Amino acid sequence: MVAGKSSFSYREAMTMTSLPGADAMTPSLLDASAPPKKISLNAAQSRRAKAQAAFDDIIQTAQLWRLVWKLSILDIRLRYRGSMLGPFWLTLSTGVMVGALGFLYAGLFHTDIKTYLPYLSLSLILWNFLSGLTAEGCTCFTGSEAMIRASRMPLSLHAARVVIRNFLVFAHNIVVIVVVFAVMRKAPGAQCYLIAPALALWFIDGLAICLLLGSFCARFRDVPPIVGSIMQIAFFVTPILWSPSILEHRGIGLILIEWNPFYALLEIVRGPLNGTVLHLVTWEFALGYSALLVVLAGIMFALSRPRLAYWV
Amino acid sequence: MASITIRDMSILFPIYHSESRSLKKAVVAAATSRRLGEDQKHRLVVEALRDISFSLATGDRLGLVGSNGAGKTTLLRSLAGIYEPVQGGITIEGKVTSLLDPGQGMNMELTGRENIRLRGLFDRLGQKQIAQLEEDVAEFAELGQFLDLPVRMYSSGMIVRLSFGMATAVKPQILLMDEWLMAGDAAFMEKAKHRLETMVRGAELLVLSSHSAPTIMQWCNRVIWMDRGRINVDGTPEEVLSAYLPPEQYAEAKAMQEISQQYEHLSEEVLSPG
Repeated sequence: MVAGKSSFSYREAMTMTSLPGADAMTPSLLDASAPPKKISLNAAQSRRAKAQAAFDDIIQTAQLWRLVWKLSILDIRLRYRGSMLGPFWLTLSTGVMVGALGFLYAGLFHTDIKTYLPYLSLSLILWNFLSGLTAEGCTCFTGSEAMIRASRMPLSLHAARVVIRNFLVFAHNIVVIVVVFAVMRKAPGAQCYLIAPALALWFIDGLAICLLLGSFCARFRDVPPIVGSIMQIAFFVTPILWSPSILEHRGIGLILIEWNPFYALLEIVRGPLNGTVLHLVTWEFALGYSALLVVLAGIMFALSRPRLAYWV
Repeated sequence: MASITIRDMSILFPIYHSESRSLKKAVVAAATSRRLGEDQKHRLVVEALRDISFSLATGDRLGLVGSNGAGKTTLLRSLAGIYEPVQGGITIEGKVTSLLDPGQGMNMELTGRENIRLRGLFDRLGQKQIAQLEEDVAEFAELGQFLDLPVRMYSSGMIVRLSFGMATAVKPQILLMDEWLMAGDAAFMEKAKHRLETMVRGAELLVLSSHSAPTIMQWCNRVIWMDRGRINVDGTPEEVLSAYLPPEQYAEAKAMQEISQQYEHLSEEVLSPG
Protein backbone atom coordinates (compact mmCIF):
# COMPACT_ATOMS: atom_id res chain seq x y z
CA MET A 1 0.00 0.00 0.00
CA VAL A 2 2.94 2.32 0.53
CA ALA A 3 5.49 3.71 -1.89
CA GLY A 4 6.98 0.34 -2.77
CA LYS A 5 3.94 -0.52 -4.83
CA SER A 6 4.19 2.49 -7.06
CA SER A 7 6.52 2.69 -10.00
CA PHE A 8 8.34 5.50 -8.31
CA SER A 9 10.50 4.32 -5.44
CA TYR A 10 11.81 6.19 -2.52
CA ARG A 11 15.44 5.45 -3.44
CA GLU A 12 14.95 7.16 -6.77
CA ALA A 13 13.44 10.14 -5.06
CA MET A 14 16.50 10.45 -2.92
CA THR A 15 18.90 10.59 -5.79
CA MET A 16 16.68 12.78 -7.91
CA THR A 17 16.04 15.40 -5.31
CA SER A 18 19.46 15.10 -3.74
CA LEU A 19 18.82 17.37 -0.81
CA PRO A 20 21.42 17.13 1.89
CA GLY A 21 19.86 15.67 5.00
CA ALA A 22 16.85 14.51 3.08
CA ASP A 23 17.06 11.05 4.58
CA ALA A 24 15.71 12.48 7.82
CA MET A 25 12.26 12.21 6.30
CA THR A 26 10.39 9.28 4.94
CA PRO A 27 7.94 10.37 2.30
CA SER A 28 5.63 7.42 2.47
CA LEU A 29 2.99 8.26 -0.07
CA LEU A 30 -0.20 6.46 0.73
CA ASP A 31 -2.18 5.08 -2.13
CA ALA A 32 -5.75 6.28 -2.09
CA SER A 33 -7.95 3.24 -2.25
CA ALA A 34 -10.65 4.93 -4.30
CA PRO A 35 -10.34 3.75 -7.89
CA PRO A 36 -9.57 6.47 -10.43
CA LYS A 37 -12.69 7.53 -12.17
CA LYS A 38 -13.55 9.49 -15.24
CA ILE A 39 -15.55 12.64 -14.72
CA SER A 40 -17.18 14.43 -17.62
CA LEU A 41 -18.59 17.84 -16.89
CA ASN A 42 -20.52 19.56 -19.63
CA ALA A 43 -22.48 22.75 -19.68
CA ALA A 44 -25.06 21.67 -22.22
CA GLN A 45 -26.55 18.70 -20.43
CA SER A 46 -29.77 16.93 -21.17
CA ARG A 47 -32.26 16.51 -18.34
CA ARG A 48 -31.43 12.86 -18.26
CA ALA A 49 -27.72 13.57 -17.81
CA LYS A 50 -28.47 16.02 -15.01
CA ALA A 51 -30.64 13.49 -13.22
CA GLN A 52 -27.95 10.86 -13.65
CA ALA A 53 -25.30 13.21 -12.23
CA ALA A 54 -27.49 13.97 -9.22
CA PHE A 55 -28.08 10.27 -8.68
CA ASP A 56 -24.35 9.51 -8.91
CA ASP A 57 -23.74 12.26 -6.39
CA ILE A 58 -26.01 10.54 -3.87
CA ILE A 59 -24.40 7.14 -4.56
CA GLN A 60 -20.97 8.63 -3.90
CA THR A 61 -22.23 10.04 -0.62
CA ALA A 62 -23.41 6.57 0.35
CA GLN A 63 -19.93 5.25 -0.40
CA LEU A 64 -18.47 7.90 1.89
CA TRP A 65 -20.79 6.99 4.77
CA ARG A 66 -17.90 6.67 7.20
CA LEU A 67 -16.92 10.26 6.53
CA VAL A 68 -20.53 11.44 6.92
CA TRP A 69 -20.84 9.59 10.21
CA LYS A 70 -17.59 11.01 11.57
CA LEU A 71 -18.48 14.55 10.49
CA SER A 72 -21.85 14.31 12.22
CA ILE A 73 -20.37 12.94 15.43
CA LEU A 74 -17.75 15.67 15.46
CA ASP A 75 -20.45 18.30 14.87
CA ILE A 76 -22.25 17.18 18.00
CA ARG A 77 -19.05 16.91 19.99
CA LEU A 78 -17.96 20.37 18.88
CA ARG A 79 -21.14 21.97 20.09
CA TYR A 80 -20.50 20.76 23.60
CA ARG A 81 -16.72 20.74 23.69
CA GLY A 82 -15.52 22.04 27.02
CA SER A 83 -18.85 21.55 28.78
CA MET A 84 -19.11 19.09 31.63
CA LEU A 85 -22.22 17.21 30.59
CA GLY A 86 -21.28 17.31 26.92
CA PRO A 87 -23.97 16.17 24.49
CA PHE A 88 -26.17 15.20 27.42
CA TRP A 89 -27.09 18.84 27.67
CA LEU A 90 -29.35 17.96 24.77
CA THR A 91 -31.10 15.38 26.91
CA LEU A 92 -31.23 17.58 29.96
CA SER A 93 -32.60 20.69 28.24
CA THR A 94 -35.25 18.66 26.43
CA GLY A 95 -36.16 16.97 29.70
CA VAL A 96 -36.59 20.30 31.46
CA MET A 97 -38.73 21.65 28.64
CA VAL A 98 -40.94 18.57 28.47
CA GLY A 99 -41.39 18.60 32.24
CA ALA A 100 -42.20 22.30 32.46
CA LEU A 101 -44.56 22.39 29.48
CA GLY A 102 -46.14 19.11 30.51
CA PHE A 103 -47.25 20.27 33.94
CA LEU A 104 -48.22 23.72 32.66
CA TYR A 105 -50.43 22.54 29.81
CA ALA A 106 -51.86 19.59 31.70
CA GLY A 107 -53.12 22.21 34.16
CA LEU A 108 -54.34 24.60 31.46
CA PHE A 109 -56.09 21.93 29.39
CA HIS A 110 -57.39 20.11 32.49
CA THR A 111 -55.96 16.86 31.20
CA ASP A 112 -54.57 13.97 33.14
CA ILE A 113 -50.81 14.36 33.42
CA LYS A 114 -50.41 10.59 33.18
CA THR A 115 -51.66 10.52 29.60
CA TYR A 116 -50.59 14.02 28.62
CA LEU A 117 -46.91 13.94 29.59
CA PRO A 118 -46.00 10.83 27.55
CA TYR A 119 -47.88 12.27 24.59
CA LEU A 120 -46.16 15.64 24.93
CA SER A 121 -42.69 14.14 25.33
CA LEU A 122 -43.12 12.17 22.11
CA SER A 123 -44.60 15.10 20.20
CA LEU A 124 -42.08 17.67 21.31
CA ILE A 125 -39.05 15.51 20.71
CA LEU A 126 -40.21 14.45 17.29
CA TRP A 127 -41.08 18.02 16.42
CA ASN A 128 -37.70 19.26 17.63
CA PHE A 129 -36.15 16.82 15.20
CA LEU A 130 -38.27 18.13 12.33
CA SER A 131 -37.72 21.80 13.04
CA GLY A 132 -34.02 21.32 13.69
CA LEU A 133 -33.70 19.45 10.45
CA THR A 134 -35.47 22.10 8.37
CA ALA A 135 -33.53 24.95 9.97
CA GLU A 136 -30.16 23.28 9.49
CA GLY A 137 -31.17 21.88 6.11
CA CYS A 138 -31.47 25.45 4.83
CA THR A 139 -27.81 26.07 5.53
CA CYS A 140 -26.48 22.65 4.62
CA PHE A 141 -24.68 23.96 1.53
CA THR A 142 -24.02 27.57 2.46
CA GLY A 143 -22.57 26.41 5.77
CA SER A 144 -20.12 24.05 4.06
CA GLU A 145 -18.72 26.65 1.71
CA ALA A 146 -15.09 26.00 2.66
CA MET A 147 -15.39 22.27 2.01
CA ILE A 148 -17.25 22.74 -1.25
CA ARG A 149 -14.60 25.08 -2.60
CA ALA A 150 -11.61 23.04 -1.42
CA SER A 151 -12.05 19.92 -3.48
CA ARG A 152 -14.61 18.06 -5.49
CA MET A 153 -16.84 15.95 -3.35
CA PRO A 154 -20.42 14.75 -3.62
CA LEU A 155 -22.64 17.65 -2.59
CA SER A 156 -25.38 15.50 -1.11
CA LEU A 157 -22.79 14.62 1.54
CA HIS A 158 -23.52 17.94 3.23
CA ALA A 159 -27.23 17.15 3.30
CA ALA A 160 -26.62 13.66 4.67
CA ARG A 161 -24.42 15.14 7.37
CA VAL A 162 -27.26 17.37 8.59
CA VAL A 163 -29.69 14.44 8.62
CA ILE A 164 -27.35 12.15 10.56
CA ARG A 165 -26.47 14.93 12.98
CA ASN A 166 -30.14 15.52 13.74
CA PHE A 167 -30.77 11.82 14.17
CA LEU A 168 -27.95 11.79 16.71
CA VAL A 169 -29.58 14.66 18.61
CA PHE A 170 -32.84 12.74 18.45
CA ALA A 171 -31.11 9.65 19.84
CA HIS A 172 -29.97 11.65 22.87
CA ASN A 173 -33.53 12.78 23.48
CA ILE A 174 -34.93 9.26 23.44
CA VAL A 175 -33.69 9.01 27.04
CA VAL A 176 -36.29 11.63 28.01
CA ILE A 177 -39.08 9.60 26.43
CA VAL A 178 -37.92 6.46 28.22
CA VAL A 179 -37.79 8.28 31.57
CA VAL A 180 -41.23 9.86 31.09
CA PHE A 181 -42.78 6.52 30.13
CA ALA A 182 -41.14 4.84 33.12
CA VAL A 183 -42.22 7.49 35.62
CA MET A 184 -45.78 7.62 34.28
CA ARG A 185 -45.88 3.81 34.14
CA LYS A 186 -46.93 3.81 30.54
CA ALA A 187 -46.00 1.03 28.16
CA PRO A 188 -45.40 1.76 24.48
CA GLY A 189 -48.20 0.64 22.19
CA ALA A 190 -48.44 -2.93 20.96
CA GLN A 191 -47.74 -1.80 17.42
CA CYS A 192 -44.52 -0.04 18.31
CA TYR A 193 -42.54 -2.12 15.81
CA LEU A 194 -44.19 0.12 13.18
CA ILE A 195 -41.76 2.92 14.03
CA ALA A 196 -39.00 1.06 12.16
CA PRO A 197 -40.45 1.68 8.69
CA ALA A 198 -41.60 5.12 9.87
CA LEU A 199 -38.10 6.18 10.88
CA ALA A 200 -36.74 4.82 7.61
CA LEU A 201 -39.23 7.04 5.81
CA TRP A 202 -38.14 9.94 8.00
CA PHE A 203 -34.56 9.38 6.97
CA ILE A 204 -35.44 9.57 3.29
CA ASP A 205 -37.67 12.60 3.87
CA GLY A 206 -34.96 14.27 5.92
CA LEU A 207 -32.48 13.88 3.10
CA ALA A 208 -35.05 15.24 0.65
CA ILE A 209 -35.83 18.22 2.89
CA CYS A 210 -32.14 19.10 3.18
CA LEU A 211 -31.47 18.77 -0.55
CA LEU A 212 -34.55 20.81 -1.42
CA LEU A 213 -34.16 23.58 1.13
CA GLY A 214 -30.37 23.59 0.95
CA SER A 215 -30.32 24.14 -2.81
CA PHE A 216 -33.09 26.69 -2.68
CA CYS A 217 -31.56 28.63 0.19
CA ALA A 218 -28.14 28.68 -1.48
CA ARG A 219 -29.67 30.59 -4.37
CA PHE A 220 -32.24 32.69 -2.54
CA ARG A 221 -30.93 33.97 0.75
CA ASP A 222 -34.34 35.14 1.95
CA VAL A 223 -35.68 31.63 2.27
CA PRO A 224 -34.32 30.54 5.68
CA PRO A 225 -36.31 33.10 7.69
CA ILE A 226 -39.41 32.25 5.67
CA VAL A 227 -38.95 28.57 6.43
CA GLY A 228 -38.45 29.48 10.08
CA SER A 229 -41.77 31.34 10.24
CA ILE A 230 -43.62 28.55 8.48
CA MET A 231 -42.29 26.02 10.94
CA GLN A 232 -43.29 28.27 13.83
CA ILE A 233 -46.87 28.42 12.58
CA ALA A 234 -46.88 24.71 11.81
CA PHE A 235 -45.90 24.04 15.41
CA PHE A 236 -49.12 25.60 16.64
CA VAL A 237 -51.56 24.31 14.03
CA THR A 238 -50.26 20.74 14.22
CA PRO A 239 -51.40 18.58 17.11
CA ILE A 240 -48.23 18.73 19.18
CA LEU A 241 -49.10 20.56 22.37
CA TRP A 242 -52.73 19.61 21.99
CA SER A 243 -54.25 16.24 21.24
CA PRO A 244 -56.13 15.65 17.98
CA SER A 245 -59.03 14.31 20.06
CA ILE A 246 -59.96 17.95 20.85
CA LEU A 247 -61.01 18.32 17.22
CA GLU A 248 -63.39 15.39 17.21
CA HIS A 249 -66.87 16.46 16.08
CA ARG A 250 -65.50 19.74 14.74
CA GLY A 251 -65.72 19.52 10.97
CA ILE A 252 -63.57 22.41 9.87
CA GLY A 253 -60.81 21.75 12.37
CA LEU A 254 -60.22 18.35 10.85
CA ILE A 255 -58.45 20.07 7.97
CA LEU A 256 -55.64 20.73 10.40
CA ILE A 257 -55.20 17.00 10.67
CA GLU A 258 -56.22 15.56 7.38
CA TRP A 259 -54.42 17.94 5.08
CA ASN A 260 -51.47 18.60 7.32
CA PRO A 261 -48.33 16.83 6.05
CA PHE A 262 -46.66 17.34 9.42
CA TYR A 263 -49.46 15.51 11.18
CA ALA A 264 -49.25 12.44 8.96
CA LEU A 265 -45.49 12.24 9.26
CA LEU A 266 -45.54 12.84 12.99
CA GLU A 267 -48.32 10.37 13.66
CA ILE A 268 -46.68 7.39 11.93
CA VAL A 269 -43.94 7.53 14.58
CA ARG A 270 -45.90 8.91 17.51
CA GLY A 271 -49.05 6.80 17.14
CA PRO A 272 -47.48 3.35 17.57
CA LEU A 273 -45.41 4.51 20.56
CA ASN A 274 -48.27 6.26 22.26
CA GLY A 275 -50.55 3.29 21.73
CA THR A 276 -53.11 5.08 19.54
CA VAL A 277 -54.45 2.98 16.72
CA LEU A 278 -52.88 4.02 13.47
CA HIS A 279 -55.21 4.14 10.50
CA LEU A 280 -53.95 2.95 7.19
CA VAL A 281 -54.95 6.29 5.72
CA THR A 282 -52.36 8.08 7.89
CA TRP A 283 -49.62 5.98 6.34
CA GLU A 284 -51.08 6.59 2.90
CA PHE A 285 -50.96 10.33 3.45
CA ALA A 286 -47.43 10.10 4.85
CA LEU A 287 -46.25 8.13 1.84
CA GLY A 288 -48.04 10.48 -0.54
CA TYR A 289 -46.48 13.61 0.95
CA SER A 290 -43.09 11.90 1.06
CA ALA A 291 -43.29 10.93 -2.60
CA LEU A 292 -44.13 14.51 -3.50
CA LEU A 293 -41.26 15.79 -1.39
CA VAL A 294 -38.75 13.34 -2.86
CA VAL A 295 -39.74 14.22 -6.43
CA LEU A 296 -39.49 17.96 -5.73
CA ALA A 297 -36.15 17.54 -4.00
CA GLY A 298 -34.85 15.37 -6.82
CA ILE A 299 -35.76 17.95 -9.45
CA MET A 300 -34.40 20.82 -7.40
CA PHE A 301 -31.12 19.08 -6.63
CA ALA A 302 -30.60 17.83 -10.19
CA LEU A 303 -31.07 21.34 -11.56
CA SER A 304 -29.03 23.22 -9.00
CA ARG A 305 -26.22 20.73 -8.29
CA PRO A 306 -23.85 22.04 -11.00
CA ARG A 307 -24.42 25.61 -9.83
CA LEU A 308 -24.12 25.13 -6.08
CA ALA A 309 -20.37 25.79 -6.02
CA TYR A 310 -21.07 29.19 -7.59
CA TRP A 311 -23.86 30.07 -5.21
CA VAL A 312 -22.41 29.21 -1.83
CA MET B 1 -3.41 6.95 -17.27
CA ALA B 2 -4.44 10.44 -16.32
CA SER B 3 -5.75 13.05 -18.66
CA ILE B 4 -7.69 16.29 -18.72
CA THR B 5 -9.47 17.63 -21.76
CA ILE B 6 -11.13 21.03 -21.87
CA ARG B 7 -13.30 22.13 -24.76
CA ASP B 8 -14.37 25.78 -25.15
CA MET B 9 -14.91 26.10 -21.45
CA SER B 10 -16.29 29.31 -19.95
CA ILE B 11 -16.85 30.03 -16.31
CA LEU B 12 -19.17 32.91 -15.46
CA PHE B 13 -19.97 33.97 -11.94
CA PRO B 14 -23.46 35.35 -11.49
CA ILE B 15 -23.75 38.37 -9.23
CA TYR B 16 -27.08 38.18 -7.49
CA HIS B 17 -26.42 40.76 -4.87
CA SER B 18 -26.21 43.82 -7.08
CA GLU B 19 -29.52 44.46 -8.72
CA SER B 20 -29.33 48.21 -8.65
CA ARG B 21 -27.82 50.13 -11.46
CA SER B 22 -25.55 52.29 -9.36
CA LEU B 23 -24.00 49.33 -7.64
CA LYS B 24 -23.48 47.80 -11.03
CA LYS B 25 -21.52 50.85 -12.09
CA ALA B 26 -19.49 50.71 -8.93
CA VAL B 27 -18.60 47.10 -9.60
CA VAL B 28 -17.64 47.92 -13.19
CA ALA B 29 -15.36 50.66 -11.97
CA ALA B 30 -13.80 48.46 -9.32
CA ALA B 31 -13.12 45.48 -11.54
CA THR B 32 -10.01 46.24 -13.50
CA SER B 33 -8.82 42.89 -14.73
CA ARG B 34 -12.02 40.84 -14.71
CA ARG B 35 -14.62 41.58 -17.28
CA LEU B 36 -18.27 42.07 -16.54
CA GLY B 37 -20.97 41.04 -18.90
CA GLU B 38 -24.54 39.90 -19.04
CA ASP B 39 -25.78 36.41 -19.65
CA GLN B 40 -28.82 35.40 -21.69
CA LYS B 41 -31.11 36.24 -18.81
CA HIS B 42 -29.53 39.71 -18.48
CA ARG B 43 -28.01 38.97 -15.15
CA LEU B 44 -24.75 40.62 -14.27
CA VAL B 45 -21.91 38.11 -14.45
CA VAL B 46 -18.16 38.14 -14.02
CA GLU B 47 -16.44 36.34 -16.85
CA ALA B 48 -13.77 34.49 -14.96
CA LEU B 49 -12.78 32.19 -17.83
CA ARG B 50 -13.67 32.50 -21.49
CA ASP B 51 -13.30 29.88 -24.25
CA ILE B 52 -10.55 27.83 -22.71
CA SER B 53 -9.46 24.77 -24.69
CA PHE B 54 -6.49 22.51 -24.08
CA SER B 55 -5.71 18.96 -23.16
CA LEU B 56 -3.22 17.37 -20.83
CA ALA B 57 -2.00 13.80 -20.66
CA THR B 58 0.27 11.72 -18.44
CA GLY B 59 3.69 13.32 -18.18
CA ASP B 60 2.51 16.88 -18.69
CA ARG B 61 3.63 19.43 -16.14
CA LEU B 62 1.69 22.59 -16.81
CA GLY B 63 2.54 25.94 -15.29
CA LEU B 64 0.02 28.77 -15.15
CA VAL B 65 1.24 32.35 -15.14
CA GLY B 66 -0.62 35.62 -15.32
CA SER B 67 -1.38 38.70 -13.27
CA ASN B 68 -3.67 38.66 -10.25
CA GLY B 69 -7.25 38.05 -11.32
CA ALA B 70 -6.26 36.51 -14.64
CA GLY B 71 -8.26 33.38 -13.79
CA LYS B 72 -5.50 31.01 -12.66
CA THR B 73 -7.18 29.90 -9.46
CA THR B 74 -10.58 29.64 -11.12
CA LEU B 75 -9.01 27.48 -13.81
CA LEU B 76 -7.47 25.25 -11.13
CA ARG B 77 -10.84 24.97 -9.41
CA SER B 78 -12.54 23.98 -12.61
CA LEU B 79 -9.78 21.46 -13.34
CA ALA B 80 -10.53 20.00 -9.92
CA GLY B 81 -14.17 19.65 -10.93
CA ILE B 82 -15.37 22.11 -8.31
CA TYR B 83 -16.77 24.71 -10.72
CA GLU B 84 -18.67 22.94 -13.43
CA PRO B 85 -18.43 24.78 -16.75
CA VAL B 86 -21.18 27.19 -17.78
CA GLN B 87 -20.28 26.70 -21.43
CA GLY B 88 -18.26 23.96 -23.06
CA GLY B 89 -17.03 20.95 -21.16
CA ILE B 90 -14.24 19.28 -19.28
CA THR B 91 -13.28 15.62 -18.92
CA ILE B 92 -11.05 14.56 -16.05
CA GLU B 93 -9.60 11.07 -15.88
CA GLY B 94 -7.70 10.13 -12.75
CA LYS B 95 -7.69 10.86 -9.04
CA VAL B 96 -7.35 14.58 -8.45
CA THR B 97 -5.53 16.06 -5.46
CA SER B 98 -6.05 19.78 -5.21
CA LEU B 99 -3.96 22.04 -3.02
CA LEU B 100 -5.82 25.24 -3.61
CA ASP B 101 -5.70 27.12 -0.33
CA PRO B 102 -4.10 26.52 3.04
CA GLY B 103 -7.47 25.97 4.72
CA GLN B 104 -8.09 22.89 2.55
CA GLY B 105 -11.68 22.80 3.70
CA MET B 106 -10.43 22.05 7.20
CA ASN B 107 -12.75 22.67 10.09
CA MET B 108 -10.99 25.28 12.18
CA GLU B 109 -12.82 24.24 15.34
CA LEU B 110 -11.61 20.67 15.14
CA THR B 111 -8.17 19.57 16.24
CA GLY B 112 -5.40 18.87 13.77
CA ARG B 113 -5.68 15.16 14.44
CA GLU B 114 -9.42 15.12 13.77
CA ASN B 115 -8.89 16.98 10.53
CA ILE B 116 -6.29 14.43 9.46
CA ARG B 117 -8.72 11.59 10.17
CA LEU B 118 -11.46 13.28 8.19
CA ARG B 119 -9.08 13.69 5.31
CA GLY B 120 -8.27 9.99 5.49
CA LEU B 121 -11.95 9.09 5.46
CA PHE B 122 -12.50 11.39 2.49
CA ASP B 123 -9.79 9.51 0.61
CA ARG B 124 -11.51 6.30 1.68
CA LEU B 125 -8.49 4.96 3.50
CA GLY B 126 -8.79 2.02 5.88
CA GLN B 127 -8.25 2.29 9.65
CA LYS B 128 -4.63 1.17 9.35
CA GLN B 129 -3.86 3.63 6.59
CA ILE B 130 -5.50 6.45 8.53
CA ALA B 131 -3.27 5.67 11.49
CA GLN B 132 -0.32 5.74 9.13
CA LEU B 133 -1.47 9.04 7.65
CA GLU B 134 -1.82 10.50 11.12
CA GLU B 135 1.68 9.45 12.06
CA ASP B 136 3.16 10.66 8.81
CA VAL B 137 1.53 14.09 8.97
CA ALA B 138 2.31 14.48 12.67
CA GLU B 139 5.96 13.78 12.00
CA PHE B 140 6.16 16.09 9.05
CA ALA B 141 4.20 19.03 10.45
CA GLU B 142 6.08 18.96 13.77
CA LEU B 143 3.06 20.27 15.61
CA GLY B 144 3.76 18.28 18.76
CA GLN B 145 1.01 18.78 21.29
CA PHE B 146 -0.73 21.31 19.07
CA LEU B 147 -2.01 18.36 17.07
CA ASP B 148 -4.65 17.86 19.73
CA LEU B 149 -5.69 21.51 19.86
CA PRO B 150 -8.27 23.18 17.61
CA VAL B 151 -6.80 24.39 14.33
CA ARG B 152 -7.99 27.93 15.00
CA MET B 153 -5.32 28.16 17.73
CA TYR B 154 -2.57 27.53 15.21
CA SER B 155 -0.34 30.19 13.75
CA SER B 156 -0.75 30.60 10.01
CA GLY B 157 2.57 28.85 9.52
CA MET B 158 1.34 25.85 11.48
CA ILE B 159 -1.81 25.70 9.37
CA VAL B 160 0.30 25.67 6.23
CA ARG B 161 2.47 22.88 7.64
CA LEU B 162 -0.53 20.81 8.64
CA SER B 163 -2.46 21.17 5.41
CA PHE B 164 0.67 20.73 3.37
CA GLY B 165 1.56 17.55 5.22
CA MET B 166 -1.97 16.24 4.85
CA ALA B 167 -2.27 17.01 1.18
CA THR B 168 1.11 15.59 0.30
CA ALA B 169 0.70 12.33 2.20
CA VAL B 170 -1.61 10.63 -0.26
CA LYS B 171 -0.27 9.71 -3.67
CA PRO B 172 -1.82 11.89 -6.33
CA GLN B 173 -2.51 11.04 -9.92
CA ILE B 174 -3.42 14.54 -10.98
CA LEU B 175 -1.96 17.23 -8.79
CA LEU B 176 -3.31 20.79 -8.84
CA MET B 177 -1.37 23.35 -6.84
CA ASP B 178 -1.78 27.02 -6.18
CA GLU B 179 1.10 29.22 -5.23
CA TRP B 180 0.43 29.38 -1.49
CA LEU B 181 2.53 26.26 -1.19
CA MET B 182 5.56 28.25 -2.07
CA ALA B 183 5.10 30.53 0.92
CA GLY B 184 6.60 29.62 4.25
CA ASP B 185 9.68 30.18 6.34
CA ALA B 186 13.04 29.05 5.02
CA ALA B 187 13.42 26.03 7.28
CA PHE B 188 10.00 24.74 6.36
CA MET B 189 10.54 25.37 2.67
CA GLU B 190 13.68 23.26 2.68
CA LYS B 191 11.78 20.39 4.23
CA ALA B 192 8.67 20.95 2.15
CA LYS B 193 10.65 21.06 -1.05
CA HIS B 194 11.81 17.50 -0.72
CA ARG B 195 8.37 16.21 0.10
CA LEU B 196 6.79 18.20 -2.67
CA GLU B 197 9.33 16.98 -5.18
CA THR B 198 8.62 13.39 -4.24
CA MET B 199 4.96 14.06 -4.73
CA VAL B 200 5.28 16.08 -7.93
CA ARG B 201 7.45 13.44 -9.50
CA GLY B 202 5.03 10.77 -8.37
CA ALA B 203 2.08 12.54 -9.96
CA GLU B 204 1.22 11.62 -13.49
CA LEU B 205 -0.03 15.07 -14.26
CA LEU B 206 0.74 18.38 -12.63
CA VAL B 207 -0.84 21.80 -12.95
CA LEU B 208 0.91 24.51 -10.99
CA SER B 209 -0.02 28.14 -10.67
CA SER B 210 2.85 30.36 -9.58
CA HIS B 211 4.31 33.82 -9.77
CA SER B 212 7.78 32.42 -9.31
CA ALA B 213 9.54 31.95 -12.64
CA PRO B 214 12.29 29.69 -11.25
CA THR B 215 9.64 27.38 -9.76
CA ILE B 216 7.83 27.15 -13.08
CA MET B 217 11.08 26.55 -14.95
CA GLN B 218 12.15 23.88 -12.54
CA TRP B 219 8.95 21.88 -12.57
CA CYS B 220 7.04 22.54 -15.75
CA ASN B 221 7.43 21.44 -19.33
CA ARG B 222 4.54 23.50 -20.58
CA VAL B 223 3.26 26.94 -19.60
CA ILE B 224 0.01 28.75 -20.23
CA TRP B 225 -0.12 32.50 -19.81
CA MET B 226 -3.56 33.55 -18.67
CA ASP B 227 -4.82 37.04 -19.31
CA ARG B 228 -8.29 38.29 -18.37
CA GLY B 229 -9.77 34.84 -18.34
CA ARG B 230 -8.37 33.78 -21.69
CA ILE B 231 -5.34 31.83 -22.80
CA ASN B 232 -2.84 34.36 -24.05
CA VAL B 233 0.12 32.13 -24.95
CA ASP B 234 0.49 28.36 -24.65
CA GLY B 235 3.92 26.83 -25.17
CA THR B 236 7.19 25.66 -23.65
CA PRO B 237 8.42 27.42 -20.49
CA GLU B 238 11.15 29.19 -22.47
CA GLU B 239 8.75 30.50 -25.11
CA VAL B 240 6.10 31.70 -22.71
CA LEU B 241 8.29 33.06 -19.94
CA SER B 242 10.53 34.98 -22.32
CA ALA B 243 7.41 36.74 -23.58
CA TYR B 244 5.74 37.08 -20.19
CA LEU B 245 8.64 38.26 -18.04
CA PRO B 246 10.65 41.43 -18.45
CA PRO B 247 13.96 40.46 -20.12
CA GLU B 248 16.18 40.89 -17.05
CA GLN B 249 13.87 38.77 -14.88
CA TYR B 250 13.79 36.07 -17.49
CA ALA B 251 17.59 36.05 -17.68
CA GLU B 252 17.76 35.78 -13.93
CA ALA B 253 15.31 32.88 -13.79
CA LYS B 254 17.14 31.12 -16.57
CA ALA B 255 20.46 31.49 -14.76
CA MET B 256 18.96 30.17 -11.53
CA GLN B 257 17.62 27.14 -13.31
CA GLU B 258 20.99 26.36 -14.82
CA ILE B 259 22.72 26.61 -11.48
CA SER B 260 20.19 24.30 -9.80
CA GLN B 261 20.54 21.81 -12.64
CA GLN B 262 24.29 21.76 -12.21
CA TYR B 263 23.90 21.38 -8.48
CA GLU B 264 21.55 18.47 -8.96
CA HIS B 265 23.90 16.84 -11.41
CA LEU B 266 26.82 17.24 -9.04
CA SER B 267 25.12 15.89 -5.96
CA GLU B 268 23.72 13.01 -7.97
CA GLU B 269 27.29 11.94 -8.69
CA VAL B 270 28.25 12.29 -5.06
CA LEU B 271 25.22 10.48 -3.66
CA SER B 272 24.84 7.59 -6.06
CA PRO B 273 26.91 4.64 -4.99
CA GLY B 274 29.73 3.65 -7.38
